[in-house]
Amino acid sequence: MSDLKQELKEKIITQLNLEDIAIEEIADNDPLFGDGLGLDSIDALELIVMLDKDYGIKLTDPKEGKKIFESIEIMANYIAAHRTK
Amino acid sequence: MKAQNLKIKDYCRISNNKVLLNDKLLFEDPTSDFTTFIKLAYKKMDTNYPKFFKMDDLSKLGFLATDILLKPMTQDPEMPKNIALVFSNSASSLQTDRKHQKSITDKENYFPSPAIFVYTLPNICLGEISIKHRLHSENSFFIFNHFNADYLHAYASSLIKTEKADEVLCGWINCDAEDYEAFLYLVSAEGSIAHKKEEIIKLYTTK
Repeated sequence: MSDLKQELKEKIITQLNLEDIAIEEIADNDPLFGDGLGLDSIDALELIVMLDKDYGIKLTDPKEGKKIFESIEIMANYIAAHRTK
Repeated sequence: MKAQNLKIKDYCRISNNKVLLNDKLLFEDPTSDFTTFIKLAYKKMDTNYPKFFKMDDLSKLGFLATDILLKPMTQDPEMPKNIALVFSNSASSLQTDRKHQKSITDKENYFPSPAIFVYTLPNICLGEISIKHRLHSENSFFIFNHFNADYLHAYASSLIKTEKADEVLCGWINCDAEDYEAFLYLVSAEGSIAHKKEEIIKLYTTK
């Protein structure tokens, strides 16, 4: 699980172009949106595409993302339970 | 304000790995590619706007050139902010359009990126600038074959003459592959250069 969390942090920084943020600055329970990493609605859509492309998880309802993308911890748990690749 | 009394207050050029303000060199990095160059220029100009890194190349180019010209004005709450934006280019958002097209070509591997798709219009650049500088002004992005001083001159003059804007930031922001160029100038009541077509062409062609 810790490997998956590390992988997610790397992907989020790279794919969402978070130029000034280092992996070690993202705690597992930090909120990804709002006061945390400050991600926006386009980032949320990118994360939905990432789940599909990299882990074979299709979110049919974008509202599901609100809970799944709350933190790295929650995201990693969801991916581990639902991944098809 | 009479159109014939208008001036060009400041102008900024970003091309050939150089950033110039009123012909004064602010930054140069002759060896890097565009991605590295624009990132180094952003840091050198102390821009401090993390969303910059999420923008496409056209928006980065327009955003940085504008920031150099407008930051001293828009940071001051006393300064007027009715600054219209009138940009132009020949490539529209072609570079980003190609990236998006590439992501949707293979039906077996069909994962278009929302972050790329949102930049498949050139005027998104104007939105980024308006958000940063809190502008609620007129804005237009025209596509021409070449830099069209005549049109920009007439349009900027009209906006000020009809009191749609106090000042107009005009110019050319073009980006296609490694070929990029930004030339922006601020039309205002203040300044030492007359706002005339001949002067605009002279500034644009003096590289």
